[in-house]
Amino acid sequence: MVSDVHKKIKAAFEAFDYETNNTVDVREIGTIIYSLGCFPSQTDLHDFIAEVEEDHTGYIHLDKFLPAMAKILLEHKYPPIPEDILLQAFEVLDKEKKGYLEPEELANYMTQEGELFTQEEMDEMLTALADHEKDLIYYKDILSQLTIDPEL
Amino acid sequence: MKAPARATRRIPSQTKKRIRAHSTFIYRAHKEVNPAGMRSLDLMASRLSFPKPVLLRLVSLEASRLSKTNRLKVVTLQEINAAVTLVQRRIAMKAAVLIQRWYRRYIARLEMRRRYTWNIFQSIEYAGEQDQLQLSSFFSFMLNNFTQLNGNGPESYTGPRLTFPLSVSDTNALLSAFKEQQSLHARYVLQLLYETKKLLKQMPNIIHLSTSYTKDITICGDLHGRLDDLLLIFYKNGLPSAETPYVFNGDFVDRGKKSIEVVMLLFAYLLLYPDNMHLNRGNHEDHIMNLRYGFTKEVMQKYKTHGREILQLFQDVFSLLPVATVIDGKVLIVHGGISDQTDLDFLSTIERHKVKSALRFPRRTLEQLDIGQSSRQMKRMISTDGSRPSSSRSHSKNQRTPNQRKRRCRISRQDSAVSISPSSSSSSSSSSSLCSPRTPSCLTPRPCPSSPSMTYTINVLHVPFLDSLTSVPPPSSPQHDQEWKQIVDILWSDPKTQEGCSPNTFRGGGCYFGPDITQRLLLQHGLQLLIRSHECKQEGYELCHGGQVITIFSASNYYEEGSNRGAYIKLGRDLVPRFYQYQVSRTTRKLTLTQRVRAAEGSALRALKEKLFTHRSELMSGFQQYDQNNTGSVSVSEWAQVLESVLRLDLPWRTLRPHLARLAADGSVEYQSCFENMEPGIPLSQVTPNLAETLFRYRTDIEIIFNIIDKDHSGLISIEEFRQTWRLFSAHLGVDIDDRAIDDLARSIDFNKDGSIDFT
Repeated sequence: MVSDVHKKIKAAFEAFDYETNNTVDVREIGTIIYSLGCFPSQTDLHDFIAEVEEDHTGYIHLDKFLPAMAKILLEHKYPPIPEDILLQAFEVLDKEKKGYLEPEELANYMTQEGELFTQEEMDEMLTALADHEKDLIYYKDILSQLTIDPEL
Repeated sequence: MKAPARATRRIPSQTKKRIRAHSTFIYRAHKEVNPAGMRSLDLMASRLSFPKPVLLRLVSLEASRLSKTNRLKVVTLQEINAAVTLVQRRIAMKAAVLIQRWYRRYIARLEMRRRYTWNIFQSIEYAGEQDQLQLSSFFSFMLNNFTQLNGNGPESYTGPRLTFPLSVSDTNALLSAFKEQQSLHARYVLQLLYETKKLLKQMPNIIHLSTSYTKDITICGDLHGRLDDLLLIFYKNGLPSAETPYVFNGDFVDRGKKSIEVVMLLFAYLLLYPDNMHLNRGNHEDHIMNLRYGFTKEVMQKYKTHGREILQLFQDVFSLLPVATVIDGKVLIVHGGISDQTDLDFLSTIERHKVKSALRFPRRTLEQLDIGQSSRQMKRMISTDGSRPSSSRSHSKNQRTPNQRKRRCRISRQDSAVSISPSSSSSSSSSSSLCSPRTPSCLTPRPCPSSPSMTYTINVLHVPFLDSLTSVPPPSSPQHDQEWKQIVDILWSDPKTQEGCSPNTFRGGGCYFGPDITQRLLLQHGLQLLIRSHECKQEGYELCHGGQVITIFSASNYYEEGSNRGAYIKLGRDLVPRFYQYQVSRTTRKLTLTQRVRAAEGSALRALKEKLFTHRSELMSGFQQYDQNNTGSVSVSEWAQVLESVLRLDLPWRTLRPHLARLAADGSVEYQSCFENMEPGIPLSQVTPNLAETLFRYRTDIEIIFNIIDKDHSGLISIEEFRQTWRLFSAHLGVDIDDRAIDDLARSIDFNKDGSIDFT
């Protein structure tokens, strides 16, 4: 069980190890952790990076990453968001209970509240989530579409 | 009203009960006094489907904090409203955070998939094929013997006719002809190539350009036979002219289906505007790469009669292409990159046309690796081959002394054995391929003093067709090795993020160069920017080494529809690059990342499944070793292990497993399921599995060979011809196929039983 976890972590790590020397750029760590099924917040991420980074070189070595990540996975430290909570979150933003969100509405929240989105992230999200003809975000529909597949 | 208890910052649990009562009390108490406030509270509760007591608690806490009258008897309407807004905001923020976090994770998952897909494509792209050497030599032999026998069809050519020296009307004619899917007659192709060759001979190795005469110089990257991308660039940016100079940075051919059209256009414009059109050589401007990656096939298919002649001219023209361009003495443009030994001054003095192919193995290193015996035998074979009359047919080849034939087969096996000693079966080695110089892992530990960063396969093409082999200057001096290395480094290297310079083991040629190498070279020659291509980038371009290196790639949708954009650079007097992106696609709607990843993934997985099928028997025997009890399944790790060792592709097999194989109820992998859903197109149930696989593996090459044999272009070949061809083929491969199996095969393909085979 533990070795399976290790292998999973290694595979995810190696996808970003461009020079095949067991290091990845620190900026890719978030992607790696997310893809392994964890939902850390930005602060959690920062703390994690501080733990495993190689003295501010900007790189993280597999030797440090593997045990730390394995611990997180085995402890289920950053559990995923259940779909119904996510739905509620959308409903909170949809103040008038229309059943959909306008792109500007969503953009306002995403770029000004919480763990702010960059403009790029916002654009990509809108392209991905918005219904193309009406240019509205029907959040109930997309939730089922976009909930992560279990493996890959 | 009664004075309620005081609300404090910290809320010990006993107090909580009181506060709960307290808030209900406030609520009741204020229902009449602050109806508006309470209504808004109600509304909020219902909207949020929050349990009202919780909401009330939050609000009253907030309200108490806001309350000016600290003793908290009565909370005013404004304070309640303010509290409501505040709580609302907090909840909204929490919701936003949830959504952001979820979305980021979703994107990360997608990014991971995209990366895996990319890895699949890249691994397959440069993975060697078994016995590619023997196949190429066989193929070349076929070309030698069969192409001359094709007759000319009736002359009813309606395509463009060129007059030399070229004029704008000629290039326009070419453009419109190619847009209409017409092709250029062989005669004009040859003429154009001949003129290009003459022109290129006068050019230096490194071209120096200046922006002072023109507005902007446009720099394009790899095109790889994508005519649509080239036409799109011309459409967006303008046709080449005195006002619109271009630099094309190599890799015009291979992989795409319209390499000939692309390169004809580029050469035509080169002839038309020699001062405003500049072409750098890429690693695919190399006749041996072309054999493997599709250009040779395209030429032979489109020009059956003159194909060989055309290819020979291309070989010369490619080796005459300049290797670098420098703009204003400040911007260096090369196809691949640099190494720590790149010396631009030295580079400008060498005779570049002598380096016909990156895969020419310097003789000296050959001897050093101590296979003198086989190289001597090889030399002997070259002379025997060379003396063979060119009109000999397959019969005479069969009639060759059995001794000679045996020796040839033995040599080939010996060669491949040397290069892949660890594995006994030579089948799945990704190392013996000549065409993609891939460093076999077993050779790397061997020291090679003169060229420490190069360890190559020992196989050398010994075919008469490629007469340049015999014209290679005999004993190679260190000078020659050096020259060859300089060019190979320029055409094959890739940048890396960490410092230093290491051999490029992935490609088997050139180096990985770090930012310090770039810095050093730029400083040394007073340059400020290196522009290169050679690697596909998702956005069509990418900066690295702190902006000192730019990768520019101009073939959009390179791996698959939606996989990547193409881009080009415009450089003005200020030498500040401006990037222009585009994507050729069937639909105009912008694809989301999800769709693009899905499309690319599907394509990559299909390619991967094909590879699995191709190596079926080796994989099966590997699986069976772990499955002694014949249960039909192995553990996931064992499954991954077998795949890794047979296919030699560095991929995350466990993560890909769900797409490739089924799990049994106990979590083990049913390995047979890897090979489902694969239809090779030729039902060969009676034939041995090995034959089916071999056929499948070489189907594209077989198609070409078929086309050559099929002289009257009827689409049919006789069974006898097929038999002979197949016998030769298997002799070359060293695969033992008995005649009966071939006959069965032929018969099974011949569906209408009329004695001839049609190739579908």
